[in-house]
Amino acid sequence: MNARSDSEGPARNVANMTPDRVARTVRGLSDKAIAWLFIGPTMLLLLAINLFPLIWTIQLSFTNYRANRPNAPILNIGLDHYRAILTDPDIWLRMQATAHFVFWTIALQTIIGFALAYLVDRKFRGHGFWTTLILVPMMLSPAVVGNFWTFLYQPQIGLFNYIVGFFANVPPGSFKMLGDVTLSPWAIIIVDTWMWTPYVMLICLAGLRSIPDYIYEAAEVDRASNWRQFISITLPMCMPFIMLAVLFRGIENFKMFDMVNLLTSGGPGSTTELASITLKRAAFEAWRTGYSSAFAIILFVAVFGLANIYVKTLNKVKAR
Amino acid sequence: MSAVNSAHSVVEPSGQAKLVASVLVAFYALVSLIPLVWIGLTSVKTPTDSISYPPKVIPYVHFQPSIEGYCNLFSTRSRQTPEYLRSLPPPQGACEEITRSRNMVVVGPSNYVPRYINSLIIAFGSTFLSIVLGTAAAYAFSRFKVPLKDDLMFFILSTRMMPPIAVAIPIFLMYRELGLSDTRLGMILLYTSVNVSLAVWLLKGFIDEIPREYEEAAMIDGYTRLQAFWKVVLPQAVTGIVATAIFCLIFAWNEYAFAVLLTSGAAQTAPPFIPIIIGEGGQDWPAVAAGTALFLIPILVFTVLLRKHLLRGITFGAVRK
Repeated sequence: MNARSDSEGPARNVANMTPDRVARTVRGLSDKAIAWLFIGPTMLLLLAINLFPLIWTIQLSFTNYRANRPNAPILNIGLDHYRAILTDPDIWLRMQATAHFVFWTIALQTIIGFALAYLVDRKFRGHGFWTTLILVPMMLSPAVVGNFWTFLYQPQIGLFNYIVGFFANVPPGSFKMLGDVTLSPWAIIIVDTWMWTPYVMLICLAGLRSIPDYIYEAAEVDRASNWRQFISITLPMCMPFIMLAVLFRGIENFKMFDMVNLLTSGGPGSTTELASITLKRAAFEAWRTGYSSAFAIILFVAVFGLANIYVKTLNKVKAR
Repeated sequence: MSAVNSAHSVVEPSGQAKLVASVLVAFYALVSLIPLVWIGLTSVKTPTDSISYPPKVIPYVHFQPSIEGYCNLFSTRSRQTPEYLRSLPPPQGACEEITRSRNMVVVGPSNYVPRYINSLIIAFGSTFLSIVLGTAAAYAFSRFKVPLKDDLMFFILSTRMMPPIAVAIPIFLMYRELGLSDTRLGMILLYTSVNVSLAVWLLKGFIDEIPREYEEAAMIDGYTRLQAFWKVVLPQAVTGIVATAIFCLIFAWNEYAFAVLLTSGAAQTAPPFIPIIIGEGGQDWPAVAAGTALFLIPILVFTVLLRKHLLRGITFGAVRK
């Protein structure tokens, strides 16, 4: 039930006491050989398709290489791309758009997701059925579903505009979710929140269910109010789970590409141009391979920093 | 969990709280399903009905269902003069009849089926490879003293943290050199490299839960380590392997970024194809909805199958229920 370390439990203790001798005296390949035989292929694949390209990207980032002109002379230009990117006010605007997207999606998904988990944890009849229904959007392809949202967002004929217009009592053709500079950043936030709130809900639900009932019973004996119980038991004990959800969504949304590329492809203008979209435009439309490699490295370092924090939190959650 | 939960009534929510909660949760669920219901409804409308204002909601009341979206999804058509159409033999089948009534003729099949088949081949191929590689590596990480184990595990996880576009640049160049651009093999290898990290992390968790003494007992009885792995551990891990495989399938099935950047024809999967289904004068929404619906149905089935393992899969095994 609880997320817990795999090294716990009586079974493992017994297993650890089994003498090493047993393992060593058996016939066949030695354990060491099997270990390398089993891990080797995976590592080779990752080295070939992840590490090698990464090193190549680093190398390209110091050059003026352009993938659409493979025969042009390649000059080594040192850190020029990095300098250009980090001092480019446009890039900082893109990062701002990314931060806006990441912040609001996480804020909305955490609040709605936690609230839903809290409600589902009231264990009413049929909560399993409704939970499964709620989980459906997050399993679907963000690209394919994101594409359909462009239809829902059509000003005159779209269902989203019709419903909002109906309740807000404005004509559905009077606002353009995808064509308006102020609305389009919210258009992508709405779709992402629709898709990924279930994800946060599911993790929060695990957190709520990990709280043993006797803690609430003790609080009840102490006559702690419901609100007090929520603030000093429920919320703190759920916190590692919420953190986990936030970090995971943070990393995913920092590198968001598919859904936004289909909904707005960065437009109108550059209002919804998140970091990954900028990267795609530079790499595969402007074909500035060296420049975009440098940008990719900068993004990777940022995500890697987040990943480190993530793994530390993950271990903390596991240790509970 | 049940032993603890059922102990006392102090923590059991009141009937009123349950009612309020159930109404709110059901309301959220129904609202969040509107876009999916709309995909289904749009796929059975005519193009005119699909873009009417106010929206037509209830079949047979507001609009007459039509298979035109599905017809258009699977065919390419061209507009002809009425004289030419009259000179043709009578239409065969419902689809051809609808096409004729729009003053068009079917000139051939569309690319949807080949793209869908590509999706199937690439998703199943990469899932199979990820599971084979992932199970072996997970077993080794779970049972043996591997030098730098934590660092290797972190390296495996960190490959998943890369923005796909960042990896796509050198992979694009590499595949161009190796002749793997726009091939199914190239996409299978690429998706395997992304999925194997999930497979290793999830499967290590599942294998950790199988007591070691099973295989140690088997080895005392004369099995070699490999036989014990094959005959004792694998059968115990089947549930975990199936759950992991479905996660890998869903990822590969849904993936868009690599697919749109690295494939253009022969190996293109369905996600980059569906958004470019266009009719005359813009997107043919019933056809897009039909393509979307057929693409989403397998995932709906898998989601129901995966219910119990969902949490574990989406957190890389960090949270287990």
